[in-house]
Amino acid sequence: MSEPAVLISGLEMQYGDKRAVDGLSMQVDRGSITAVLGPNGAGKTTTLETCEGYRRPQAGTVRVLGLDPHRERAALLPRIGVMLQAGGAWSGVRAMEMLDHIASLHAHPLDTAMLHDRLGLGDCGRTPYRRLSGGQQQRLGLAMALVGRPELVFVDEPTAGMDPQARRTTWELLEEIRGDGVTVVLTTHHMDEAERLADQIHIIDRGRLIASGSPTELTSGGRSATIRLVVTRPFPDGAPESLRRELGSETEVTQLDDRSMLVTGPADGGTLGTVSRWCEKHDVLPESLTLGRATLEDVFLRLTGRELVP
Amino acid sequence: MNTFTPRPGSAPLSRQVAAQARMEARLMLRNGEQLLLALVIPVIVLVGGVLAADRLGLDLSGHKPVDVLTPGVLALAVMSTAFTSLAIATGFERRYGVIKRLGSSPLPRHGLLLGKVLALLNVVVLQLVVLVVAGLVLGWRPSLVHPLVSAGSVLVAVAAGTWAFAALGLFVAGVLRAEATLALANLVYLLLMAGGGVVLPTAAYGAAAGPISWLPSAALGDAMRAALVDARLDVTAIAILVGWGVLATLLTARTFRWE
Repeated sequence: MSEPAVLISGLEMQYGDKRAVDGLSMQVDRGSITAVLGPNGAGKTTTLETCEGYRRPQAGTVRVLGLDPHRERAALLPRIGVMLQAGGAWSGVRAMEMLDHIASLHAHPLDTAMLHDRLGLGDCGRTPYRRLSGGQQQRLGLAMALVGRPELVFVDEPTAGMDPQARRTTWELLEEIRGDGVTVVLTTHHMDEAERLADQIHIIDRGRLIASGSPTELTSGGRSATIRLVVTRPFPDGAPESLRRELGSETEVTQLDDRSMLVTGPADGGTLGTVSRWCEKHDVLPESLTLGRATLEDVFLRLTGRELVP
Repeated sequence: MNTFTPRPGSAPLSRQVAAQARMEARLMLRNGEQLLLALVIPVIVLVGGVLAADRLGLDLSGHKPVDVLTPGVLALAVMSTAFTSLAIATGFERRYGVIKRLGSSPLPRHGLLLGKVLALLNVVVLQLVVLVVAGLVLGWRPSLVHPLVSAGSVLVAVAAGTWAFAALGLFVAGVLRAEATLALANLVYLLLMAGGGVVLPTAAYGAAAGPISWLPSAALGDAMRAALVDARLDVTAIAILVGWGVLATLLTARTFRWE
């Protein structure tokens, strides 16, 4: 079965005059954890909801487990698990009662008590949904997505509102289900989450795919470094071009705003020296000059000129 | 096989529908406000009505007040659950993403609807049992001239009334926000209880009786009174309920939004 778990090509979705998804194409391999990374409003949730059959593509095609999620929804739904970004339970329902209810809709559900324990829901089984903390509601949401033993789960911002302990438990659980053969598609705007969990990352911005690859590929396996230069006064005209000439073709220079630039290139000491000499020569006074291993955050910044988490 | 090894599949539809019906009925009965609406208010109306009628010497065409009021209160109970409780519950299900969540589960939409109907009928039957006992305690003696006709007519009236009011409730819940649904469903319930010909016969409204008898509340009340006071099927009233049912179902089908 080499057919991909999810195949999206040329997806377009528009609400009023806002273009939420703008010609997106991407693929999710079976048995992988794939992160869809992007800032709020990038079109992540809309894309996911199209895969889940909630929305009909306005243009382009979407196939999930080889099925059309809109026309063949009834055949698809039992095979996928969905974790919504928020809500999804009656306010007066008890946590365990809700999980048991979703389990009863499936043919071979997981043992709900086991799932409940694994997610650290501990003694809140009899607590009404409205009295659960945000993090507990998220974990219950994840439990509801997994309880039907799906082949593929879509989890929308799975760790939003969780404390660090719960986040780690959730990550470990997602890694375990991948190990057992479940495909995971998650959206996140936390690069550490994507970097830690994902086999494959699709970075989307303004409804378009701007980069794809494994975390190592995207950050050049740590061989690439990022220098962030912030200066006291606005740069002179033509500053990025002039700096680029100094540094040579292996390095990328992105101007972020009138006082900051991002330089990405080979991780050697030379680059930093060149940048600092360039500042001296052009009478630019650095306020800060920081060097680091390139992260997904930098990749996003370089590609869009904007921060991932504002 | 490991813990999470995929093994997807839907439960048989009948099991899903039964689970959904049990869940919804349980939640409805757990909710204090809903219970107030379903049982406490009808009992108060019944007891209060009987006491007031005795004191005021209300003329109910020669019938004992409790004999006329009990069928009306049974109609009121159907209305409270099928319309008000269903509308409020569905409004908040949309708001809290419950319908969306169930929309990605194996439960199909017709299964969800069927589950709702079963839950509704469950609660209605429970209400009718309690209120019939309360009526009997207060001295209610339903007509026993043609017991089969009475029983059959009650079944038809309850079925048609539940349909009409449930469709109206879903219509309101499907187009308004949850808070607006809550306010409107309660307001309509109060207005119909007071002036909708449900508890008292439409004849008691004098000149307004004509227009009032077209309301679904009056039609259900009249059909229940015809069945239990005169042991007959009020065909006109049933036709009015069916008319409301068709109208509201069409409206709901065109306007209902699941999210």
